[in-house]
Amino acid sequence: MKVKYFAWVRERVGKAEEIIEPPATVRTVEELIAWLSGQSEAYAYAFEKPKVIRTAIDHAHVKADAAISGAREIAFFPPMTGG
Amino acid sequence: MTSAVTTCPVAIRIQEDDFDIAREIAVLTKSRTDIGAVVSFSGICRADEDSSKIAALTLEHYPGMAEEEIKRHVDEAISRWPLNGVTVIHRVGRFMPGQNIVLVLTASQHRRAAFEAAEFLMDYLKTSAPFWKKEESATGTGWVEAHARDDEAAARWTKS
Repeated sequence: MKVKYFAWVRERVGKAEEIIEPPATVRTVEELIAWLSGQSEAYAYAFEKPKVIRTAIDHAHVKADAAISGAREIAFFPPMTGG
Repeated sequence: MTSAVTTCPVAIRIQEDDFDIAREIAVLTKSRTDIGAVVSFSGICRADEDSSKIAALTLEHYPGMAEEEIKRHVDEAISRWPLNGVTVIHRVGRFMPGQNIVLVLTASQHRRAAFEAAEFLMDYLKTSAPFWKKEESATGTGWVEAHARDDEAAARWTKS
């Protein structure tokens, strides 16, 4: 699946997007954040406060317990500050 | 007897270029006789933020989702108020104090719907449309943190 990062999450991860293949045991947004955090220090830094991170699956806001199965694009970002 | 046909054209744009409020209102109201009120809100880059001087502001967005998220809320506004036209323009890129950032236009037969829909759209733009601001000041650069007051402003529109 494609993963995108925005604002300071992007800066901490060090890339704007990538293709990842998490193991089948990773079923929810929460579990995906935990799995990514274990991949490197950069991810651990980006997701150090998982409750602050907002997530969208295929352009729609979702909660931490949302299932990731079937997702084409998952995005992680800080709370929005537009307008 | 004929009744006036009411339509609600919607324009949503995310762009680097500046916008001209008067021209956008003219486009929205051209050849229309059913519009009795247009409310315009424009958001402008300030020079001061919590007592620190802002040199510039950079706006980043999530292409694709930003347009879809704005459209979802415009559709909801149209279902909640009798609107005759909506324009939302959000700029991205780097801005200096005094420059335009965002424009919301709402048109209706009467002013109350136009005022309320414009407020509703701005409250949701600030809290749910995927845009992020980065400030540049004398002490460096930093991402703007979301304010609880914006979430509270958006929450008042939640239907009970």
